[in-house]
Amino acid sequence: MIDRLRASLASWEGFLFAVLLLLVAVNAIASPFFLSVGNQINMFQLSIEKIIVALAMTFVIINGEIDLSVASVMGLAACAFGWMVQQGVPAGVAVALVIVLGILCGAFNAFWIVVFKIPSLVVTLSTLIAYRGFARVLVEDRGIGDFPEWFDRLGQAGLIGPVPLAMLIFLVLATLAVLILQRTAFGRKVYFIGANRAVAEYSGLDVRAVKAKIFIASGAISALAGLLYAARVGAVRGDIANGFELDIITMVLLGGVSIFGGAGTMSGTILAILIVLNLRNGMALANITGHIQTGVLGVLLILSVMVPIIRETGHRLIARMR
Amino acid sequence: MGKISSNTLRILVLLAVFAATVLFFASQIDGYLNARLFNRISGSVAVIALIAVGQAFVVLTRNIDLSIGSVVGCTAYFTGGILIAYPDLPPILVPLLAMAIGALFGAVNGFFVARFQLPSIIVTLATLAIFRSILVQSSDGSSITTEKLPVWLTSFATQNAFTVGDLQMRWIVVISVLVVLTAHVFLTRFRAGRRFFAIGSNPDAAAFAGINAGRTIFLAFVISGALAGLAGFMFLARFGNITVVAGLGLELKSVGAVVVGGVKIFGGSGNVLGVLIGAALIDLIDTSLVRWEVVSEFWREAVLGLLILTAVVLDTVLIRRLLDRRRRKAATLAEERAS
Repeated sequence: MIDRLRASLASWEGFLFAVLLLLVAVNAIASPFFLSVGNQINMFQLSIEKIIVALAMTFVIINGEIDLSVASVMGLAACAFGWMVQQGVPAGVAVALVIVLGILCGAFNAFWIVVFKIPSLVVTLSTLIAYRGFARVLVEDRGIGDFPEWFDRLGQAGLIGPVPLAMLIFLVLATLAVLILQRTAFGRKVYFIGANRAVAEYSGLDVRAVKAKIFIASGAISALAGLLYAARVGAVRGDIANGFELDIITMVLLGGVSIFGGAGTMSGTILAILIVLNLRNGMALANITGHIQTGVLGVLLILSVMVPIIRETGHRLIARMR
Repeated sequence: MGKISSNTLRILVLLAVFAATVLFFASQIDGYLNARLFNRISGSVAVIALIAVGQAFVVLTRNIDLSIGSVVGCTAYFTGGILIAYPDLPPILVPLLAMAIGALFGAVNGFFVARFQLPSIIVTLATLAIFRSILVQSSDGSSITTEKLPVWLTSFATQNAFTVGDLQMRWIVVISVLVVLTAHVFLTRFRAGRRFFAIGSNPDAAAFAGINAGRTIFLAFVISGALAGLAGFMFLARFGNITVVAGLGLELKSVGAVVVGGVKIFGGSGNVLGVLIGAALIDLIDTSLVRWEVVSEFWREAVLGLLILTAVVLDTVLIRRLLDRRRRKAATLAEERAS
């Protein structure tokens, strides 16, 4: 029992948990408003779209791939929704069509990655530019607002008490993500393929099907996140969600997911999400601007991949002293 | 036919695509094909080609430099700031200074990637944000404006080295082409240059051959940074007004030019002459779409993205097929000889 506790504390997740507790404590001492329900919900709301996509990105990266196009899919989804509403499509129908669009975006990525075996880095880099381009074609340099009232309310007001729809969606998706990745055969396949694709193929796993499913899910979830963003802001523009992929990938890697695939956990990602949220919130309360916040996250990202190295050097130093 | 290497073939195909693109737009846009077209795009190609060549060095070693746009922004800003503080600096020192600043940023990337063997995509994703926030923090939100800069700098961007008829060869274009040619000769004719290919195509074999991978990768990032610095200098000269968003998104364009130019994204193969044509092609399409009345200019990004994808798909499929056929031919030839 104590051994297991010690092992879990020594793990990356244990370390993240300690960091999270520290952050919460510092924030709570620094600002009396920090622990209020309003601030906590606000903290989630401000980044809710990114953290939803981070769940899907965890699957992608553990599988040994990368999806740089997620933020552009979010932007395209939001702009397509705005454009359809403007063309007179009922908003409910538009929501459904946008999710289909997200699935198509993911399938398009998957097609080149799976069928033509082109590196996902290149494919999704091209579609990062292309999907963003389509978003701009749809709305040009206008802003589109005037969504139905129910749509805006879903994005902005609480659905159950003060808890808004997007946060409920996140909670449901996070639970599903943990279950699928850690408790199902599909989850094991995701790890196995990420750890060693060749061995997985020789073992008769349908590597292509798994990869295709992951990229399609990534597209669909990004489209959903784009819709939530449109609803929260109440308007869309061509550059909506621009550059979000950086934050999303940072959260996943900070969570201990290996960029080479095959290692990491969903709970790590979720802890990293909470850390990033608390850090950003704390910095915002301390009047630190967005660009600098992103810079701090960058430092954090480098530190997180350096931890194994630092730990090793520490061990070596201790061994030398003995 | 059998004598043409896949590199030469790639460049010929790229040139053909480039020519086809020019002809296509010439048939669509009145008065398209004239000297103004060359004068207009050569300046921006000069900037993109520089950073793309730097990126090519990094990509050849199986790495990627996503921080390059921030490096361009930072060097443009800091060089401008230094020039405003010391307006009497000898002009020849200024581009060297910009390159040194850029090399410093590149060295930070190279240090983390080479010394600790961290994945470059993570390191440069992080420094993309860090360098940008250094720029925001040190500028305090204020911009560099044209009127504060020395006159020689802003007029340098439009100064011609020589003219051929109506074609104006700007100094920045000449410098950029010289850099590309130097890089080409270095990469193909010098032992130190071949090391970049060796590490990218087979790191283990390169290690057995006694090549210091860490040092070469570090050097690749320093070169990438220094060329981004030079590009930052040109950026400053061309635009004069530098805000905190200067150079934003250039990393995507540079990777695009590298990939369209036929450098394999997983290292080991490629040619900087191809990269130059790739950069020119991307910029040609970008500028021409603005003038093409059939589609709105908002199609630029969509077309650029699809262009990169098409280039990669064609490259992968065609080159793969070509190499397969040659291998088969060589195999049957060997069999015939054996029997």
